[in-house]
Amino acid sequence: MTRQMTGAKMVIQALKDQGVDVVFGYPGGAVLPIYDEIFQQNDIRHVLVRHEQGAVHAAEGYARSTGKPGVCLVTSGPGATNAVTGLTDALMDSIPIIVLTGQVPTFMIGNDAFQEADTVGITRPCTKHNWLVRETSKLSETIHQAFHVATQGRPGPVLVDIPKDVQFASASYTPPGKSRTSHYAPRMKGDIDAITKLVEMMEKAERPVFYTGGGVINSGPAASQLLRELVGATGFPITSTLMGLGAYPASGEQWLGMLGMHGLYEANLAMHGCDLMINIGARFDDRITGRLDSFSPGSKKVHIDIDPSSINKVIHVDVPIIGDVGHVLEDILKVWKSRGRKTNSAAVGKWWSKIEEWKKVNCLAFEQKGKTILPQYALSRLEELTKKHDRYICTEVGQHQMWAAQYLGFEDPNRWMTSGGLGTMGYGFPASVGVQMAHPDALVINVAGEASWLMNMQEMGTAVQYRLPVKQFILNNERLGMVRQWQELLHGERYSQSWSEALPDFVKLAEAFGAKGILCKDPADLDDAIMEMINHDGPVIFDCLVEKHENCFPMIPSGEPHNKMLLGSASTKDAIGASGAVMV
Amino acid sequence: MSALKIKKGSSRHSAYDLRDPNGELIERHTLAVLVENEPGVLARVIGLFSGRGYNIESLTVAEVDHSGHLSRITIVTTGTPAVIEQIKAQLGRIVPVHDVHDLTVEGRPVERELALLKVSGTGEKRVEALRLADIFRANVVDSTLGSFVFEITGTSEKIDAFADLMRPLGLEETARTGVAALSRGAD
Ligand SMILES: Cc1ncc(C[n+]2csc(CCOP(=O)(O)OP(=O)(O)O)c2C)c(N)n1
Ligand SMILES: [Mg+2]
Repeated sequence: MTRQMTGAKMVIQALKDQGVDVVFGYPGGAVLPIYDEIFQQNDIRHVLVRHEQGAVHAAEGYARSTGKPGVCLVTSGPGATNAVTGLTDALMDSIPIIVLTGQVPTFMIGNDAFQEADTVGITRPCTKHNWLVRETSKLSETIHQAFHVATQGRPGPVLVDIPKDVQFASASYTPPGKSRTSHYAPRMKGDIDAITKLVEMMEKAERPVFYTGGGVINSGPAASQLLRELVGATGFPITSTLMGLGAYPASGEQWLGMLGMHGLYEANLAMHGCDLMINIGARFDDRITGRLDSFSPGSKKVHIDIDPSSINKVIHVDVPIIGDVGHVLEDILKVWKSRGRKTNSAAVGKWWSKIEEWKKVNCLAFEQKGKTILPQYALSRLEELTKKHDRYICTEVGQHQMWAAQYLGFEDPNRWMTSGGLGTMGYGFPASVGVQMAHPDALVINVAGEASWLMNMQEMGTAVQYRLPVKQFILNNERLGMVRQWQELLHGERYSQSWSEALPDFVKLAEAFGAKGILCKDPADLDDAIMEMINHDGPVIFDCLVEKHENCFPMIPSGEPHNKMLLGSASTKDAIGASGAVMV
Repeated sequence: MSALKIKKGSSRHSAYDLRDPNGELIERHTLAVLVENEPGVLARVIGLFSGRGYNIESLTVAEVDHSGHLSRITIVTTGTPAVIEQIKAQLGRIVPVHDVHDLTVEGRPVERELALLKVSGTGEKRVEALRLADIFRANVVDSTLGSFVFEITGTSEKIDAFADLMRPLGLEETARTGVAALSRGAD
């Protein structure tokens, strides 16, 4: 039986049929019919954000922490353009989100109508795919396709632009099962010959390393489970990108810590010195590789990725395996077991002794002395006091983000939400709102810098309105710290515009929104203050005043290879050459 | 195209093959891209090339299967073997793209372009233009006492050569369709 309904009703019906329970959005003229339908139902919760960028990051937080796609609804023109940063962020980090935008009626498109923007034109390069729906009869099918495209293969953001007359007109509704299945069906299983080749290499490898990324998380919890099994059974060391943290537990014995520009000494040296690099769901990003021509010079490289365009894009690999990480890991384990579970354990044992030596450098060591809180100390205490909780961590972008990745431990996937590829200041706070919506009883903390946090601070209103007890843990150095660090190392300590001036009193700011504010500046008070934050049932802004000119180490200066890592202030003089300075 | 060092057949590889990433040879490839005929699909393809800094030497597009809503985009592009592989993989990621064929890899494709050239002149030059047109098997599709419009089909190189000859004889305007291409033999 076909059901006739208006386009606006169809949107709600399609979302329900796709299992959506929450939509992050902001109304306006071009989406009023859809908001009218939202008003008349109770199955889908709508969260009114305070800025459309916030809606998209909240949907990202929801998606990353649940593995389900996040959904946004915004109006035409400015509503749509405000969503662009979030779309780009989701594209770079492969996060499945569906953004529905209102559009001026079809008969006004192209006339520079009030609040008209070429939304599909503007968002074409920052979505995985987008659609302008010109007929109500195509609307439900298009929304179902949008969910399909966002979640299948390498996940990503999609956008459906819906003119107002299409929302008013009626047509028959097509349920998901009856929708035309898109030809879009990325390959899931890896090539078995390539997998066998990898297993052969694993059997002989003397200095192997697993290098894992966000693809493991995106593949789903089963992939993380298989990864743990494979790592445990082979005894090989494992490191991960920023995006992949939690796929293998930080407490795991073979964990080397994060790699890359601010990665751990042992992780980066293992990458540099390995003879077999097994890349699982990572993409050889420039934050990982450093200088390309000296990247891991002595290794054979294997790359597992669901996206064929990731293969050989930056680094030439010896064995590419195109497929879903979960499927491929399952096959690797099968083949490896069937061939007798062999590894070159004598050589791998020697490799581990080498790694143990690198670990002794203790690259994350710091000394908390004096009356000023070191950011590293603040995060170590936060880790200690919250790790037993059902905890989700978001971050903003800057030094605090890198310290959070270094000093917090992630035991499970989907517990760590950070803007990796785009590096979007302002991501963390709205993301924490989305995470808390999905996990109402969990402890959700956004580790923030004061400058980033101000970029989307209006979402305090959202947190208070929906009673979302998100904890905003601001490492306040009164600086655009990461910018200042680069200026110190690269631009002769000329701190151009990297001071955070005229900062608000964060405690009063919290109170003005009806939330709780906590100020902490003495290391001796820190534990009590953190406990007060955890125990408060409601949103908290925690203003943690920290050392202003602390630098984030280790650091591989841009344009340098892994083995030219800087470990501390003493080694930084003239560390970055002119060729490195042009890179970002 | 003489400036390009085209090494014939040097990219008869799939992404699975090993290759020297530092090979700096620039190759010219003809790609046939089968796409769903939906609004914006051409913008997606062109946006990919401009956004990622790839070259387009020629691009043609037209619907080839009306009932199946399929269009064929023929792109002639240049780049190192690694870049050509990236271009194909990136095209393959576009959701409405059904298929990407590298005709250059699949065998020397049949490539044709159509051009219209307006040549004006009188006397000796006019006679010479007509004589050369005959040699190139170009047709006269419009004529006045002072001008011809020639229609010529052939490879891009043939059309280049014809246009070079017409230039001193009064070539005023050229319109070219871009390359249409098919692989040789049965599929
Ligand atoms: C939207 C945006 N604008 C600019 C930047 C460049 N940027 C990177 S880190 C940074 C400073 C961040 O300062 P803060 O949030 O206080 O963090 P800190 O580094 O001090 O911990 C800036 C400006 C960015 N990443 N995102
Ligand atoms: Mg700061």
